[in-house]
Amino acid sequence: MKNLLILGATSGISQAYLNRVADRCEKIVLVARSAEKLQQLAEHASTISDASVTTLVFDLANAEEHGKLVSTVTETMGTIDCALVSYGQLTDQARCATDPAYAMEQFNLNGTSTVSLSLHLSNQLAKQGSGSLAVIGSVAGDRGRRSNYCYGAAKSAVESFLAGLRSDMQKHKVHVLTIKPGFVDTPMTSAFKKGALWASADKVASDIDRAITKKKSVLYTPWFWRYIMLIIKCIPEFIFKKLPL
Amino acid sequence: MNDSWGNICRPRQTQSNLNWRTDVLPVADKKLVVGNRRSYGDVCINDGGAIIDATGLNRFISFDRSTGIVRCEAGVTLWQVAKFAVPLGWFLPVTPGTGFVTVAGAVANDVHGKNHHVAGSFGCFVKKLQLRRSNGDELVCSETENTELFAATIGGLGLTGFISWVEFALKPIQHSMMAVDSVSYNSYEEFLALSSESEKTHEYCVSWIDCLDKSGRGVFFRGKHAEEGGLDADLEAAKRSVPALVGAGFPLVNQLSVYLFNATYMRAHAGNRQYTETIAKFFYPLDSLLNWNRIYGRKGFYQFQCVVPLENAEVLKEVFACISAANQGSFLSVLKTMGSIASPALLSFCRPGVTLAIDFPNRGKKTMQLLSTLEDLVMHAGGAIYPAKDATMSAATFEKSFPKLAEYIQYVDPAFTSSFWQRVNAK
Ligand SMILES: Cc1cc2nc3c(=O)[nH]c(=O)nc-3n(C[C@H](O)[C@H](O)[C@H](O)COP(=O)(O)OP(=O)(O)OC[C@H]3O[C@@H](n4cnc5c(N)ncnc54)[C@H](O)[C@@H]3O)c2cc1C
Ligand SMILES: NC(=O)c1ccc[n+]([C@@H]2O[C@H](COP(=O)([O-])OP(=O)(O)OC[C@H]3O[C@@H](n4cnc5c(N)ncnc54)[C@H](OP(=O)(O)O)[C@@H]3O)[C@@H](O)[C@H]2O)c1
Repeated sequence: MKNLLILGATSGISQAYLNRVADRCEKIVLVARSAEKLQQLAEHASTISDASVTTLVFDLANAEEHGKLVSTVTETMGTIDCALVSYGQLTDQARCATDPAYAMEQFNLNGTSTVSLSLHLSNQLAKQGSGSLAVIGSVAGDRGRRSNYCYGAAKSAVESFLAGLRSDMQKHKVHVLTIKPGFVDTPMTSAFKKGALWASADKVASDIDRAITKKKSVLYTPWFWRYIMLIIKCIPEFIFKKLPL
Repeated sequence: MNDSWGNICRPRQTQSNLNWRTDVLPVADKKLVVGNRRSYGDVCINDGGAIIDATGLNRFISFDRSTGIVRCEAGVTLWQVAKFAVPLGWFLPVTPGTGFVTVAGAVANDVHGKNHHVAGSFGCFVKKLQLRRSNGDELVCSETENTELFAATIGGLGLTGFISWVEFALKPIQHSMMAVDSVSYNSYEEFLALSSESEKTHEYCVSWIDCLDKSGRGVFFRGKHAEEGGLDADLEAAKRSVPALVGAGFPLVNQLSVYLFNATYMRAHAGNRQYTETIAKFFYPLDSLLNWNRIYGRKGFYQFQCVVPLENAEVLKEVFACISAANQGSFLSVLKTMGSIASPALLSFCRPGVTLAIDFPNRGKKTMQLLSTLEDLVMHAGGAIYPAKDATMSAATFEKSFPKLAEYIQYVDPAFTSSFWQRVNAK
């Protein structure tokens, strides 16, 4: 991979991925909404890598501007070899019930805006006839659960969209990867007590790196989540609806 | 994660994280910023207060490829620095026996390595650091600016404020492998002779001793950066982990396992052997076994590390005798001589003499008694005890170990404290 674009560059998973691959890149473009954090990240990237590093401050929830964003990126780096989409927020499910406006704003951030961004990016990659689009969904997208179905539904939407997009992009030789992490120790989950099922951002990043290189379609990371979710998906609804999940 | 490596303390402390160096410090009147919690005892514990984890500050800021001066955030680990710098022909100027420590942790304990006799401690290589105090001050400290705070912060046990970044000098290397020479010995006297001879020829010296053996048998390792092989050799070894189940259960460390292990180890290293090995294997032999502290089970373990002046080096024989009589030691213990190069630190543990580090499974009162006997022996010999490893030393011992304590105290940030500090500053 020569030219790497990361959207949501300041996320824990993005940073871990950047650490893994930076020294293989020629051009790196980092997009995030905080100029201050981007500056700190750019210093880091320029230290550990010889690549040219550019930062763009952008609120990714703002889908109307996605087209402009992607053309600015293309002007900056030419060909996009890999675009990693890794941003979002863990939705406060309890608040959704009492504050539907919040719920929709969250759905937009984790769902709709990610779909919009994926569309713009895949159009660009199709034009090139090459490249990988890697988007982070979640195991939460596999089945709506009482504790976080607003977040889960948004991830679900993204993943269904990507499944179709992947097939559609075959003719353009564009690779689309759906990444489904389980529990990852990042700022998003700093309030949670960590147990045996938790993985580090670095572990997830190394799985992502391998999946992109091998042009995999769907990545569960760590691997065992594929089987945990398989079981969860198999539970009949009449039982599932009673489970405190 | 353990609250500290020895897993002895069960503190009640609040936890929060810093992820960016521009993050605001949580407002709390009893706070402590910590790194990877590789300290064995309670310098990284704050019972009744707030722990602020700075391991999220893991970014580099700059590196000058011509001078080898690196600036990075507080939570960057020494292994991260090594992995980055070795392929470019640079290595850590000083490194402790694990690569998992953070740069700020290395500063705050003014850590030492196998090259203390020729290099001094980590603090000798620190050029600048940024200190954020609870009153909002953000100060760059060095040999020329805020010099007092600079000297107080190196070896400062995390109590002078939050270190947000550190700038330090790496050392140039030509090859990434280590050329090692191991020599077995049968007595403490032989160890002393081997040390003084090897220090003239080898940059890195350390020795493992069998703490169950009264005469003090052991294996001396002396190493240098290899003279061939280039910089591309593999740095890393495969990692394995001790399962959590072991940590939750009974300790695997008992008299029989220690006896068998030590005897096998001695046999494997009989005589004199020469070989090359990776940096990871030479400097961080334990790092390939993640969570090895779990072998001590739920009750955890203590480490005792002291230094005694060379002229009273004999006292360590009494120390060995006590440990052997109490039948309490653990697997291989570490013995090394330290040189006279001093860092700017007001509270550095490092000083000329012989240093011994030894683990003790926590067997309650029996272990406490032994630790207190050892402490007395060391203090009578004019020695000192290493805060990074300690969970039990008395306020009097601390005061005696660190002659510049009074000067240091003036620079302690009033909103910072630790369990260690509560204990040794109990006035
Ligand atoms: C296997 C093993 C081998 C070891 N070998 C050696 C050795 O050979 N030589 C040696 O000297 N030590 C050795 N040690 C001890 C270790 O090097 C020290 O305890 C080191 O300080 C641990 O660093 P840490 O990042 O884990 O810091 P922590 O243990 O988390 O904290 C140590 C101190 O640093 C302070 N601190 C951490 N981050 C900050 C910050 N950002 N701002 C302000 N204060 C901060 C803390 O408050 C605390 O006082 C060893 C430890 C282990 C587990
Ligand atoms: N952690 C987990 O357990 C887990 C599990 C499954 C899936 N995921 C997914 O993994 C991805 C990365 O998350 P993470 O775990 O690495 O957490 P994180 O570190 O909290 O990252 C979330 C990132 O999203 C960014 N962001 C939020 N709103 C944004 C906006 N409007 N515009 C631009 N950026 C915005 C945040 O930027 P700021 O830094 O500016 O706030 C932050 O960098 C997310 O899609 C998340 O849903 C995480």
